[in-house]
Amino acid sequence: MSESPAAPVRASLFVTCLGDHFYADAAASAVRLLRKLGVEVDFPEAQTCCGQPAFNAGRDAEARRMAAHTIEVFRESEYVVLPSGSCACMLRRFYAHLFHDDDLAGQAADLAGRTFELAEFLVRVLGVTKLGRGLEGRRIAYHHGCHALRELGIREEPLKLLDNAGAEVVPWEAAEECCGFGGLFSVSFPQVSAGMADRKLDTLAAAGEVDFLTSADCGCLLQLSSRMRKRGQDLAVRHLADVLWEAAGADS
Amino acid sequence: MQIHSREYPKRARQGGDVRASVTGATLSFDARRRAAFAGVAAEEWRVWAEGVKTHLLTHLDRYLEDAEARLQANGAEVHWAGSQDDVHDILSGIIERRGARRAVKGKSMLSEELEVNELLEKRGVDVLETDLGEYILQLLEQPPSHIVGPAIHLSLDEIRRLYQETHGTELDATPDELAAVSRLILREAFLAADVGITGGNFLVAETGTVALIENEGNIRLTTSAPPVHVALVGIEKLLPRWDDLAVFLQLTARAATGQPVGNYVSMIHGPRTADDPDGPEEVHVVLVDNGRTDVLADPEAWEALRCVRCGACLNACPVYRQTGGHAYGAVYSGPIGSVLNPGLAGLHASMPLPFASSLCGACEEACPVRIPIPELLLSWRRRAVEAGMDSRAKAGLLKAWTAVATRPGLYRAAGAMLHALPEPVRRVPLPVVGGWREVRKDPEPSRASFRDLWREGIE
Repeated sequence: MSESPAAPVRASLFVTCLGDHFYADAAASAVRLLRKLGVEVDFPEAQTCCGQPAFNAGRDAEARRMAAHTIEVFRESEYVVLPSGSCACMLRRFYAHLFHDDDLAGQAADLAGRTFELAEFLVRVLGVTKLGRGLEGRRIAYHHGCHALRELGIREEPLKLLDNAGAEVVPWEAAEECCGFGGLFSVSFPQVSAGMADRKLDTLAAAGEVDFLTSADCGCLLQLSSRMRKRGQDLAVRHLADVLWEAAGADS
Repeated sequence: MQIHSREYPKRARQGGDVRASVTGATLSFDARRRAAFAGVAAEEWRVWAEGVKTHLLTHLDRYLEDAEARLQANGAEVHWAGSQDDVHDILSGIIERRGARRAVKGKSMLSEELEVNELLEKRGVDVLETDLGEYILQLLEQPPSHIVGPAIHLSLDEIRRLYQETHGTELDATPDELAAVSRLILREAFLAADVGITGGNFLVAETGTVALIENEGNIRLTTSAPPVHVALVGIEKLLPRWDDLAVFLQLTARAATGQPVGNYVSMIHGPRTADDPDGPEEVHVVLVDNGRTDVLADPEAWEALRCVRCGACLNACPVYRQTGGHAYGAVYSGPIGSVLNPGLAGLHASMPLPFASSLCGACEEACPVRIPIPELLLSWRRRAVEAGMDSRAKAGLLKAWTAVATRPGLYRAAGAMLHALPEPVRRVPLPVVGGWREVRKDPEPSRASFRDLWREGIE
């Protein structure tokens, strides 16, 4: 942990709705990891949903209400860290659309400037690229969530953290393709969505043995693991936060 | 333009038949595009091309007049068509005056949009598609399923079977043999045709040049062998200067097929002159609006008019890959279709296409003129919601969710229920999202919510 910053950094965890209820242990790992790196972590309990489901559905009125709530909840936070690239993108990029002609535009921009996805926060804000050697010998497949990759430009950060922890990140044909989740898209067009997941999973199977699949996005992880179980494909799926905590030397 | 998008969800369910062919073809196109752009300063090209097209579209009146004047000076006849009916009247006039009975066509999406073949057949004109893919589709009586590779949804074996039935070739004929059989038929048609009809990739305002990109030589023959050439050109296809064309030809070929430039580039300035050994006696350029000025006037839709019809967004799109183009029920399929069709043919007719995207952004990344397709899709979604066109179940779900998510106490209670209720009871609210369960196992909630873990204390 030689690269921990000297000045204490304060960050609020925005766990996100899927993280809260489907990846709670991984979110707890994120808290442990941040603390280990000297970050003072708080959890504003009034937090709910970032509003992305409504935004993507074209329901800006509803999205604005959830976004305004979120802006209020994190008004005092020094940093807001999310174990989700997609929700981080919502705060960073899409709140500006929602409030472009509104009194909240300034506050939305201010929040955007303080918001980071977890791996991105470690590398870009804390300047940490080496967590430990806890992943020695692991073969890992990484799924790039679309919003993290194409909207926030997060590509190397998670890979570097995994690689530096001794893991072999296994290259994989469809690693940067959409998993087919897309929020309500996944329920409106189930066959298309499942076909997209199948292409991910088929090409993953063709990449050889891996110990597990990981990603920074809860929605993608739910989509891929749920489809995998339906297909009878047996592969562990873990949230990146959980994996990074192991990288830092946790006894898991 | 007729649109049958209502059936998209049903067709998308049945998409599996063409998935292998479409996936193989689009991945190959996409890989070639990436390789072709890796060798140039791709971002600079894209930003420049976006700028040229944006300038063109914001000064379109002026450039249209320039183009008309130059074309007329070159000896071409210029026609203005506001609508599909106008185009049909113009074509009927030319056919009648020339007594035309046989027409050959180069591949043109605009001619599909304008239902030109239907008109010609109604007028008693024999029309033959001369692009090999389009020729195959004409035999099958199918519309194109992709902007650049119209028949990519077909496997080689399907084409072999078709040719055995229609041309008597062997079932194991090679692609070259199939092409050779087609070529014999097409050659005769070029020589016998009274009129050749094409689209136009670009129209240079400065010089009055219609530029056409192709790989098979059929457009070269369509524009030069028959005594009359008619080019149908959408008004958004203009380029201001001759110098712009040099880059756009390379940009479009790279984006479409990964080629540095098309095998053939035809640049039509007008009819044959006294010095020319051959070429058409008459060249007609039909400038087609058909809804484009409405799109141009729409501040949240106009950027789609920068499109050069390269198909790169289709090739990059994981949604398109699952179904191919026919599922979309419209001439323009894939990501660009889902933002163009609502503007050209109306949002109501185009539903639910703006929703048929996971918003992954691969299309925008691939687009050589940087059309922000996800943003445009979202704009159409908002309008669909405002007009009450979207599903009521989804509206109810999101309204309820918003009510919960703006009341932290209620949100906490609802979350606690998810973890407290036994599994069979948990399933009760789920029929709303029944589409999830159709193809997947239910997601498994954590043993406790994170907020419970936080309250217990995280060590």
